[in-house]
Amino acid sequence: MSEITWIILASAVLTYLTRCGGHLVLSRFSRIHPRVEAGLNAVPTAVLTALVAPAAYTAGPAEALALVAAGLIGLRGGMMSVFFGGAAVLIAGRQFFG
Amino acid sequence: MSADTSYASEGASDFRAGARLGLPIIVAVGPFAALFGALAIQNGFTEFQVVLMSATVFAGASQMVGLELFGQTIAPWLVVFSIFAVNFRHILYSAAVGRRMGGWTAWQKAVGFFFLVDPQYAEAERRGESGRTVGFAWYLGMALPVYVFWVFNSWLGARFGALIPDPHALGIDFLLPIYFLGLVVGFRKRPLWLPVVLVAAVVSIVAYTVIGSPWHISVGALAGVVLAAAVPPSPQARADYDDPPPDQSGQSV
Repeated sequence: MSEITWIILASAVLTYLTRCGGHLVLSRFSRIHPRVEAGLNAVPTAVLTALVAPAAYTAGPAEALALVAAGLIGLRGGMMSVFFGGAAVLIAGRQFFG
Repeated sequence: MSADTSYASEGASDFRAGARLGLPIIVAVGPFAALFGALAIQNGFTEFQVVLMSATVFAGASQMVGLELFGQTIAPWLVVFSIFAVNFRHILYSAAVGRRMGGWTAWQKAVGFFFLVDPQYAEAERRGESGRTVGFAWYLGMALPVYVFWVFNSWLGARFGALIPDPHALGIDFLLPIYFLGLVVGFRKRPLWLPVVLVAAVVSIVAYTVIGSPWHISVGALAGVVLAAAVPPSPQARADYDDPPPDQSGQSV
C-alpha cells in the first residue's frame, strides 16, 4: 500500500481513539481540573490559528483581503457565507492583482 | 409481540427525528466534502484514497489539515500527529456525551463514538439538556445520512476536481486558510478566545520563520493551549471543581 493509504489508516485509528477515549479515560474521574478543561477548550482555536497565521503572514494582497473579508463576515454570518464570501474576494483579488 | 412492534416503531420515529436534524448539516458540509475531494486529488490522492479517508477518518477540518501537510514534504508521522491534534477536542465531546448513553450497550457505544462529529455532539447535548433520551436510534438517524453524504460528496469532488482548469485563478490553493479562519471566528464565544488566538498566531509565525514548517503548527498550538491552562480558573469553575454539582458526580460511568 502507498504511504498516503497508511497515513489515512493511522489517522482513522487515532481519530476513533479520541472519540471513544474521552469517555473511557475521563469517565474514571468524577471531576476534571478546571485548568485541564480550559486547556482542552482552547485546543481547536489554537491549532487552527497556528495554521492560518503563517499563511496570512506570507500572503499577497489578494489573500490578505480575502482573510480580512472572511473574518468580518464570520462575525455576522455562518460558515457558508464566510467560505463563499472569502472565496469571492480571493478570486476577484487575484483577477486584479494577478 | 405487540411490545416488540411498538418498540420498533418508536425506534423508527426516533430515527426519523434524528434524520431531520441531519438534513441542514448535509447541506452545509456538502461543499466542504466536495472541496476536500477536489483538493485531495490535486495533492496526489487517488479516488479510492479520497473515499477511504472520508469513510474512515470522517472529520472534515482534520482531513483538510492533512491535505495541507501532504502538499509539503514532511514526515508521515507528523501528518498523522497533526490530524490527531486537530481531532483532540473529541476527547471532551466523548467524555460529555458518554454520560448521556446510559441505556446503550457497549457495542452501541463503540459504533456511536465513531460518528461523534461536532454537529452530532452539539445536537446530542441539546437533546439531553432538554430532558429527552439520547437513544441509539435517534443518534444513528442523525449520524448515518450525514456520513453517507459526506463520503459521497467527497467522491463527487474527487471526480469533479480533476476537471478544474486553473486552480490558482479559482483560489483553490488558498481556500483552506479561509475555511480555518472561519472556524476560528466561530469559536469566538469560548473563554480566553482572543488571548489564545493572539498567542497562537504570534508564536506560530515566529516558529514558522525561525524553526520552519511544519513545527510552527505544534509549537503555536501548544503555546495557545498552555496559555489557556495557565490563566487562573474563574471562581465559578473553581467552585464547581471543589464542590461538584450533584448531577455531574456519580453517574459519569
